[in-house]
Amino acid sequence: MKTSPYRSLEFILGAGLTGAMVLAVLLSDVLFADGADAMDLAMRLTLPFQTLSHPLGTDPLGRDVLARVVSGGRISLTVGVLSVASAAAVGTLAGLVAGYYRGVWDAILMRWADVQLALPFILIAITFAAILGTDMWKLIAFMAIAQWVQYARVVRAAVIVLCEREFIAAAHAVGVRNLAILWRHLLPNAAAPVLVLMTLNVANNILLESSLTFLGLGIDPLIPSWGGMLADGRTYLQTAWWVSVFPGLAIMLTVLGLNLLGDWLRDRSDPTTRSPT
Amino acid sequence: MGAFLLRRLALAVFVVFVVTLLVAWAIRLSGDPAMMLADGAGSITEQDLRNIRAALGLDRPFTAQYLGFIGGMLRGDMGHSFMGGTPVARMVAQALPLTLLLAFLSLGVSLLASIPLGVQAAVHRGGWADQTIRIISLIGLSFPNFWLAIMMVLVFSIALGWLPPSGAGSLSALVMPVLTMATILTATNVRLVRTAMLETLSAQYITVARSKGLAETVVLYRHALRNCAIPLITYIGLQFGGLIGGVVVVERVFNWPGMGSLAFDAVAARDYPVLQAVVTVLAAMIVAVNLLVDIVYGLVDPRVRTE
Repeated sequence: MKTSPYRSLEFILGAGLTGAMVLAVLLSDVLFADGADAMDLAMRLTLPFQTLSHPLGTDPLGRDVLARVVSGGRISLTVGVLSVASAAAVGTLAGLVAGYYRGVWDAILMRWADVQLALPFILIAITFAAILGTDMWKLIAFMAIAQWVQYARVVRAAVIVLCEREFIAAAHAVGVRNLAILWRHLLPNAAAPVLVLMTLNVANNILLESSLTFLGLGIDPLIPSWGGMLADGRTYLQTAWWVSVFPGLAIMLTVLGLNLLGDWLRDRSDPTTRSPT
Repeated sequence: MGAFLLRRLALAVFVVFVVTLLVAWAIRLSGDPAMMLADGAGSITEQDLRNIRAALGLDRPFTAQYLGFIGGMLRGDMGHSFMGGTPVARMVAQALPLTLLLAFLSLGVSLLASIPLGVQAAVHRGGWADQTIRIISLIGLSFPNFWLAIMMVLVFSIALGWLPPSGAGSLSALVMPVLTMATILTATNVRLVRTAMLETLSAQYITVARSKGLAETVVLYRHALRNCAIPLITYIGLQFGGLIGGVVVVERVFNWPGMGSLAFDAVAARDYPVLQAVVTVLAAMIVAVNLLVDIVYGLVDPRVRTE
């Protein structure tokens, strides 16, 4: 199939932004040997783009903004990826089984999905985080619990359609075992919508994590994270604007990269939304 | 239709029930409000703490507390704040209009921007206008709402000095919270308008309207947009939960004294009745809007009724 240059631009931008962020986070220990908490008191409140040693400037404690932004990315990406991976694993398994075997469990699962999808999760997240306190693992668990039904629904719908197709009937006819049908035939064919949902949800969860952390309901403020840096930077917005600009920019660019990738993936797997060129 | 209505209503009631139960349960796992109240009161004995808990009704078993809360809500009595004993209903009555004002004003501003933009994107599908709108909308979708709020404060309050950075005293204090919310909402709504318009524009009656020689604006806004109304209202209605969630966060940045600020203050003070009431009221509203959308959609499109 012919792909338009605009499509590939979407992919290049998306993959480039996401890839750059992941690479920077992975290499953060090499790039910033001093660590994100090292204080250079002589260089306090350095403006960005002035010196090579602190390209994005320093905060009022003399800590390097770039090093902290990259280090904060580690938290955000970990939360985003792990929460989505666990939600997708549980949801996909439930959706496969429910769509293939149907019956009572399928009915219960779908009713529960209705309830969960109707719950105002942002409010519940704020309440729970505020009351029970949070750390990275609780955040990940909470997001996974909140989102697994999305995957279950998508996979179940795909499996029900696939089970009507000839190749599944043929597999049954030649005596392929149920487990093999689920794993080898249904799972790969239901993977595309799951991948799209995963990409977009990593973006969403990065936003959610940074919001909660910004509100003081997420990651420990002593650990550098994007939301935490923004909460911190707000108190000296008057004197050091750059401390509040760059972490937000990092969130935006990462989320934008993932959204571009997700859009691109969706268009590839579902040609009906594709715009002609 | 009757069975469909009943099923939707049952689901809505059940969801509100789950929310209240979750919140009531979580809240009691947290710190002890008696300790918070006693804090700073000098020497406190175990007996004093017990007396405070008894006065607040916290010595009763969980089910009794929960049923008391539900019963009170149904009678319109939300109890009294642990801090100062103000009736919670009065606090909610003060905060809720401010939150709704912010929410609906933002939605209105966003629609004013996203309807013409979305229509243009759909009409010039694939053209430069469509691409530009699409990219800008994607960037808007990627903005953390609280960061946009901070950037607005930086530009309009600190750099330019045009607008107050927080509070709710004047009309000018409303500008930045509304602009923040409206920007984020527009990013989503433009896409919704575009998709809905694309579907409508391919219909035959549009071709007929055009071939009759009607002006393009008449075709687009009279004929096409009207027929998009139902799916649009549905999509926007279903986003209501996200809208309220966003407002709650943005309120915090601008110190807007709505339901979000009320909730955060209640969290800090372990003021159970207030937090419980805020979350229940907002959740009930979101569920009610979703129910309404479902019912309207079921009335218009009979296929929805049979799942």
